[in-house]
Amino acid sequence: MISLRKIRREFQVGEERVYALRDVDLVINSGEYISIMGPSGSGKSTLLNIIGLLDRPDSGSYLLEGEAMTGLGDSQQAELRRHKIGFVFQFFHLVPRMSASENIELPMMLAGLDLSERKKRVNVALESFGLTNRAKHRPDQLSGGQRQRVAIARATVMQPHILLADEPTGNLDRVSGQEVIDILENLNSQHITLIVVTHDPELGKRARRQINMIDGQIDSDK
Amino acid sequence: MKITDTIRFASRASTGYPTRTLLMLLAMAIGVGSVVLLSTLGDGARRYVINQFSSLGTNLLIVLPGRSETVGGPPPLLGVTPRDLTLDDAMALQRSSAIRYVAPISVGAAPVSAGGRQREVTILGSTPHLYQVRQLTMAQGRFLPEGDSSRASAVCVLGYKTKEELFGKARAIGETVRIGDRRFRIIGVLSKKGQSVGLDIADIVIVPVASAQAIFNTTSLFRIMIEATDRDVIPRAKKTIAAIIKERHDGDDDITIISQDAVLATFDRIFTALTLTVAGIAAISLAVAGILIMNVMLIAVSQRRAEIGLLKALGAPAGQIMALFLAESAILSIIGAALGLFLAALSTSILARIFPVFPLNVPLWSLWAAVGISVATGLIFGVLPARRAARLDPVQSLSRR
Repeated sequence: MISLRKIRREFQVGEERVYALRDVDLVINSGEYISIMGPSGSGKSTLLNIIGLLDRPDSGSYLLEGEAMTGLGDSQQAELRRHKIGFVFQFFHLVPRMSASENIELPMMLAGLDLSERKKRVNVALESFGLTNRAKHRPDQLSGGQRQRVAIARATVMQPHILLADEPTGNLDRVSGQEVIDILENLNSQHITLIVVTHDPELGKRARRQINMIDGQIDSDK
Repeated sequence: MKITDTIRFASRASTGYPTRTLLMLLAMAIGVGSVVLLSTLGDGARRYVINQFSSLGTNLLIVLPGRSETVGGPPPLLGVTPRDLTLDDAMALQRSSAIRYVAPISVGAAPVSAGGRQREVTILGSTPHLYQVRQLTMAQGRFLPEGDSSRASAVCVLGYKTKEELFGKARAIGETVRIGDRRFRIIGVLSKKGQSVGLDIADIVIVPVASAQAIFNTTSLFRIMIEATDRDVIPRAKKTIAAIIKERHDGDDDITIISQDAVLATFDRIFTALTLTVAGIAAISLAVAGILIMNVMLIAVSQRRAEIGLLKALGAPAGQIMALFLAESAILSIIGAALGLFLAALSTSILARIFPVFPLNVPLWSLWAAVGISVATGLIFGVLPARRAARLDPVQSLSRR
C-alpha cells in the first residue's frame, strides 16, 4: 500500500519557484491499476518519481507498505527500488552495449544474485515476453516494441510489488503500443500494482482508477 | 553486487568505447614504459661505469700529485704549486709491507711510426708491475722486463689496435717502431681487452717509465697506481703512502690518494641519483596519463548519464556506482601498465641487441614502482569522475534520451 500525505515538491527554475506538487494526498492499494494524466508540467512525472523513490519530497510523508520513506538514506532507498519497484520508461533506457538477456539480467547482477538463479530467471522472462530468439541481440538490433518488452522484463525480473510506467507507449507505434499495454495489464492481473503516467487519453481510460492532475494538484480521482 | 560482476561490467563498459579506451591505454603504457625504460637505462649506465672501474684491478689506490681537498686553516701566504711526483717517490713506496705492487705512470701522446705508417698514439710509461695492477693480458710476447726502472731501455709493448694498424696481420714481435725520434723494439702485444675507464688500452704503446719521461722530457709522473696486499690494509696503505710522500716532500701534504672503493661508491651514488631523477621525470608522464584518464572518465560519465540514472533506478546505491567507475579506471590503468611493461621489455631487448656491452637489466624496484604508481594514479584520478557519477540526480539523468 502506498500512502502519500501533503506531499510538496518545489523546483527553482532561474528566479522562479515552480511548484511541481502542492500538498498531494493519495492512497493506492496494492494490486490497483491507476493512470495518471494531465498536461505537461502538471507534476505527474514528479509524483511517479517520488513514489518510485527516485526523487524526494520537500515536505509531507510517504508510507510504502506501512514504512516511512522520507527519512531513509540513499542505500536504503536503493534497496527498496531494487526489490519492490520496477520502472518502465518512454525511451526504454536499455544499456546499448548489452544484449537483451544481459539487460534483463542487470538488476539481478546489481542485487548480487547467484549466476545460476540469474540465468534461470532470464530464460523464464525471455520466454514469457516472447523474446527467446532475440536474447543475444543488442538494443539497436531490436524493434521499438521488442525494446520495451526487454525493458518490462528487466523491470519485473526482481518480482517487484509496484510497476511504474512513464509514457510506456509514447515512443511506439499503435500495434507495439497495444502489445505493451496488454503485457502491463496482464502483469497487473497477477497482482502487481500498476501506475501508468500518460498523455494518451485512450490509454488512460483503460485504467480502473484514473487520476487527473493540474498544476501540481490532483484535479480528479475516479 | 559480486566483485566478479563489478569487474565484468567495468571491462565491458571500457570495451564499449574502443577509441577512448585505446587512447587511455596508450597514455598509460607510454607513462609506465618510460619509467621502466629510463630507470633501466640509468641503472645500466651505473653498472657500466662500476664494471669499468672494477676492471681497473682490485685493492687499487691511485696517488695524484696535488691536494684536491681543503683541510681548513689559514690560506698560505704564497701560492704553493704542488710538488711533482717523481719516479723516486714511487720507488720509495715499495718499502711498505701493505703495498704489493707500485706502477708509476707517465702519459703523453706521440707519433708512432713503423714501416712507413705513422699514427698518433697514447704513450704510457710504466713498470712491469702495471701488468698486475691493471690486470693486463698478453696476446703475444711478454710485458716490460723486470729491472732498474730508472733505466730507459728501448723496448715497448703495443696495444692490440695499434699493432693491427701499424703491422696488420704481420708479425710485430722483434720489429722496431719509432716513437718521437727514438727507436723501440717490440717485445709484446696486449690482448684485446677493450676500453678501461676512458683509456683505450687497445690503442696504446707501453714503454718503460724512464723511456716515456725521456720522450716527453719530464721527470714528473702523471700518477702512481698501487695495489695493496689486501682489502683490509687499504686504510693502512693510504696512511703509509701519505707518510712516505710527506717525508720525501719536506713535510708537505701535497698528494691526493684515491681508493677504488671510494671512487666506486661515489659513482654508485651519482648514478643512483641520476636514475631516480630520470625515473622521476618519466613519472611526470604517468601523472599526465592520470589526468587524461580523469578527463576521459569525466566524458564517459556525461556520455553515460542515462545509464547511470538507470542503474540508480534499478537499485544501485551511490557506492556501487562509484565502485563501477573506479573499477573501470583501475582496469584501464592495470592493462595500460601491463602494456607499458611489455613495451619497456621490448625496447630493452632491442637496445640490448644494439649495444651488447651495455648491461641492461630492468631493475625490479622500477617494475613495482611503475605498476603501483599507475594503478594509484588510475584510482586517484578515477575518484572525481566516479563521485560525479555517483552523485548524478537520477531523475535528470533519465529525463534525457
